[in-house]
Amino acid sequence: MAKIPSLLVVFQRKNKHLPKPIPIIHVARLSKHYQVPVREAGLRQAARALIQRQHRTVKAVDEISFFIHPGEVVGFLGPNGAGKTTTLKMLSGLLHPTSGQVRVLGYEPHRRQRAFLEQITLVMGNRNQLAWDLPALDSFELQRAIYGIPEHEYRQRRDEFIALLDLQDLVHKPVRNLSLGERMKMEIVGALLHRPQVLFLDEPTIGLDVTMQRRIRTFISEYNRRYGASVMLTSHYMADVEALCKRVIVIHHGRILYDGDLSGLVERFSAYKTINLTLKNGPVSLEQYGEVVSQEGSNASLRVPKSETSRITSRLLTEQAVADLTVVDPPIEDVIETVFNQQAEAA
Amino acid sequence: MKRYLDFYLTNMKTAVLVEFQYRWANYFYMIGMIAEPVIYLVVWSTVAEAQGGQVGGYTAGSFAAYYIVWTLVRNMNIVFTPYGWEERIQRGRLSMELLRPIHPLHNDVAFFAGWKLVVIVLWLPLAAFLAWIFKPTLQPSLLEVGVFFIAIWGAYLIRTMALSLLGMITFWTTRVSAIFEMYFAAELVLSGRLVPMSLMPEWVQRLAGFLPFQWTFGYPIESLIGALTPGELIGGLGMQALWIGIGILLVNVVWRFGIRRFSAVGN
Repeated sequence: MAKIPSLLVVFQRKNKHLPKPIPIIHVARLSKHYQVPVREAGLRQAARALIQRQHRTVKAVDEISFFIHPGEVVGFLGPNGAGKTTTLKMLSGLLHPTSGQVRVLGYEPHRRQRAFLEQITLVMGNRNQLAWDLPALDSFELQRAIYGIPEHEYRQRRDEFIALLDLQDLVHKPVRNLSLGERMKMEIVGALLHRPQVLFLDEPTIGLDVTMQRRIRTFISEYNRRYGASVMLTSHYMADVEALCKRVIVIHHGRILYDGDLSGLVERFSAYKTINLTLKNGPVSLEQYGEVVSQEGSNASLRVPKSETSRITSRLLTEQAVADLTVVDPPIEDVIETVFNQQAEAA
Repeated sequence: MKRYLDFYLTNMKTAVLVEFQYRWANYFYMIGMIAEPVIYLVVWSTVAEAQGGQVGGYTAGSFAAYYIVWTLVRNMNIVFTPYGWEERIQRGRLSMELLRPIHPLHNDVAFFAGWKLVVIVLWLPLAAFLAWIFKPTLQPSLLEVGVFFIAIWGAYLIRTMALSLLGMITFWTTRVSAIFEMYFAAELVLSGRLVPMSLMPEWVQRLAGFLPFQWTFGYPIESLIGALTPGELIGGLGMQALWIGIGILLVNVVWRFGIRRFSAVGN
């Protein structure tokens, strides 16, 4: 792997007056490329491919850099195929990077040293590691043996997590008899029994109902608060991101588009704001002020260009009998969608 | 070391719990498996009787002993298959095992070792039934029983290493079933599974001497049925230890290069 200047070193050189940050995850120009065989459809092309194989390089992750500090909860956002899971797999040691540097807890993940693996976990929403035919308690016991957790600590943590997720009545049932959400909660307990310092969560709430999603979010948040663990989370549910992450990293086509506060994402990528207003005199025509998103009785919702918001708000207050008016940012889903659409058009 | 012991015992206990969930399926599987040795046994007993009572030193009674012990050794030889490796690599199931601070091979060895405990318990009535039907000649000494007990676990480990090595080929190429089948064909002829090695042509026996197969089948069986001298018994354990050592070495080397190619697709 080529030696390249560390992003952290560059940051520290530029900000000598600041106390040196000690990131728990440090990624610099990290790439993962795959060689994929390609050929046209048809018998002739298949025969030709026997002699002359052609390959295409797919840049799943392309020179991304970021760092994450202890205790941070970071949302890792992107559409399907953006490179999120590939990145998490490199950070957890499942994949060898093609190039670049990555350090998690001071370790190179792909070396998969025991001390490293004992301090991380990767939870994938559609993958399970519990024994299907046995009650989850038996699988927890195996986790205890794998991680060498002392018996009393194991019992204490297990019971603590079971109580937090309200699983008391379920741990004695075979895993195959549990619902998807119940299984996911069990998976999370199993994945955290060794009390990891770094959590990689890949779609942990996928396919779950709203109540179950909220329960898992609360648990992750509580775990982060109690143990100061760092969390990197991918999710297509913006409610997960909004509830857990102050900071988001947006990735698309293997490259980072944005790294910063969630609120900053809206600020930077949203070209519009929404004005919700209630009129005293019932419905009136509002097209002159902006795009009318909805209008029911005296309640209306307008979408206006961000730069015009102040001027239009003043006009509304002056020209109309307004009982109530609020200006809100668009939903984060819409902002993210805008970001991806802009990039797709640019590509 | 204590930690590994704890892991092995806990994993074996888990395997026992899982396999007891499927005790009837396991039993029917074992019953199905005895068809193969019973066919060999009937054929060779008939040949022995036609040739005046014995073939190559084997009587009908010693053939019965050979093939009844065969049924246990065959069950002890069941390990995580190359097809299992193929599936876990191609579908990315290996990912979850790689996240654990313990080599996946330990998990395979421990889990299947636990399964063996269930197998041995289920095998006992089956063996008694076969003995009642075929009247084996079997009077092992204490040394033979002791060596046999170690040898069946040695056979298990050699075969685990060999089939893991085969399975790891999937790191490089996607369809490897043909290579597996070649291996199984060679094993059938060169291990003592088809027929006791002493009945094979001399050149086949010489060839088998350079390969691990006979230490996984013929040797454990012969160690119990009284076909080996004390020197051959102990020497056989040494050969098993050697092949286990070679297996561990090769598995480590192949793993080291192969794992770099793991793409963790499908998770």
